[in-house]
Amino acid sequence: MAYPLTADATTAKRRKRLNSAPYLLLAPTILLLVAFVAYPIATVFYYSVQHYNVTEPWNNGFAGFSNFTQLILNDSKFWSSLGFTVKWVVGEVVLQLVLGLALALVVNEAFRGRGLARAIVFAPWAISGVLTTEIWLLIYNPVTGLGKLQRLLGLGNGNIAPLATANGAFLSALVAELWRGIPFFAILLLADLQSVPQELYEAARVDRANVFQRFRHVTLSHLKDAIVLSTLLRAVWEFNNVDLLYTLTGGGPAASTTTLPLYIAQEATISHNFGYGSALTVAAFVILLAFSAIYVRLTRFGQEA
Amino acid sequence: MSTSSPSASIERPVRLPTGATGPTRARRRPGRANRAPRAVALFGPLTLFVLFTLLPLYWMVVYAVTPENHQGFLPWPLTFAHFLAAWNNLGFAFLFRNSAIVGGSTLVVTVILALAAGYALARFTFWGKKLLILALLCTQFVPGVVLLIPLFQIFKGLSLIDNLLSLVISDTVFQMPLAAVLMAGFIRNIPVNLEEAAMVDGCSRFRAFLVIMLPLLRPAIVATGSFAFIGSWNNFLFALMFMNSQQNFTIPVGLANLIGEYNVDYGALAAGGTIAAMPLVIIFAFVQKYLVQGLTAGAVKG
Repeated sequence: MAYPLTADATTAKRRKRLNSAPYLLLAPTILLLVAFVAYPIATVFYYSVQHYNVTEPWNNGFAGFSNFTQLILNDSKFWSSLGFTVKWVVGEVVLQLVLGLALALVVNEAFRGRGLARAIVFAPWAISGVLTTEIWLLIYNPVTGLGKLQRLLGLGNGNIAPLATANGAFLSALVAELWRGIPFFAILLLADLQSVPQELYEAARVDRANVFQRFRHVTLSHLKDAIVLSTLLRAVWEFNNVDLLYTLTGGGPAASTTTLPLYIAQEATISHNFGYGSALTVAAFVILLAFSAIYVRLTRFGQEA
Repeated sequence: MSTSSPSASIERPVRLPTGATGPTRARRRPGRANRAPRAVALFGPLTLFVLFTLLPLYWMVVYAVTPENHQGFLPWPLTFAHFLAAWNNLGFAFLFRNSAIVGGSTLVVTVILALAAGYALARFTFWGKKLLILALLCTQFVPGVVLLIPLFQIFKGLSLIDNLLSLVISDTVFQMPLAAVLMAGFIRNIPVNLEEAAMVDGCSRFRAFLVIMLPLLRPAIVATGSFAFIGSWNNFLFALMFMNSQQNFTIPVGLANLIGEYNVDYGALAAGGTIAAMPLVIIFAFVQKYLVQGLTAGAVKG
């Protein structure tokens, strides 16, 4: 077989000859995505117009839009969970961003032991929601945690039970999730911080910009895209976060810390009300789709491959 | 006197902070006077972050290794009774084995699929490529909870409920898209000439991939494999929904059940948590250096 002289021509020729190769290589991936992502999403829409409860099989059948009218008109838990979802997502994303950026700035500086410091402060990224709950439960529990600390220090009787009140449960979950979430922002923003050209700081210094001006006009303006991207990504992930709330607060007390996805998970795993759970899922899906649309627009995803 | 002043001016740049931007820093912070505030501004927050990260972990480990009704802050006297109790009586032997099987299988399948898909995305132009990349990235926005009910129905149809295979499939589906995008990025960074040289020498494309590319892709395989393992090891909701019998539970489900009990044995709970965290800590130590690069490539670069 004769090879043309230029590399480009070779590749072009081979590409043409092996036209089916990429599809063969991608076949298993595409098959999995169709069978276990696309098809399930389609069936959610089907189940959402069905009465389908495993524990009440005699009621199963076509429901029309009754699940949705129920959801919108009569389900106060849906609306309260939606409200808490917004509170949860905004609180988490804003605090994680601010603290994550601070952490990224700190571990971007040159100092002895920086590698070890990074390894330590990034570690909670790898820890699951359930394990985070376990770790923080030992702190929030009056017997083992802050209450014990208070008794040991002789500061009181140790009746600290932060998970017992609605506000306490929200703050407790917020802090526990922060512990796990700050490293995500720190890791992403650190990568971008490393690419800020030093000349920009030099130029700013020549122009007599002080520390805060340099931070605002050089650092922040360079990080803008990464911040937009990571906050949107994180907003979606925090929206979807079920594990931690499911195990730490169980959505309580009195459903005060129930997010919409947690409500769905409880309908599926505890009530086994698949029809109504699917209607809730469709609602969540529509909300997320709106989010994703903004996301794709802002970042122009998939433009360059 | 005349000898000391030149030597000082030579020494000075050497003593100043030795970062990647040494000379630049030297000009910015000419004197030692600026060091004290810098140290406070740097090590103050750093200490707070390190303490915030480590204290909760420390608290767990103290509970795991000290006897019941232990008072005080130091992990002393030591006992391994809680670990034995968790391992033998609370089923962590089962849980650990199941999580390892599911995590390991997910890792292997994900890496193989990601290599194939990543290679196709990086080395070929074909119809539907942009759409596929978009689809892969969009799966990042499909929450597990959306697929919970329909996947349960599908696995029920396939008789895979209460079978670890259902977890391997669902974990792979969730881990593979990002792994493929990451892998495509890694492969794109390897010059195509290397492969072509081997092919000119008579290698088939597949052999060229095995001999030339695979060794070069080792960091990529370590990174994507570790992400897949961690994701699978931590997955709670699917395991909770798809597994019915105790001997098929994974670690997150076991931990959650332990948390939910009324009479919690805190020592055993802490020991169980420590067991759950152990593989993560070891893997994290390995992939930590790829983390910045890997997450950025996946989340930003597309």
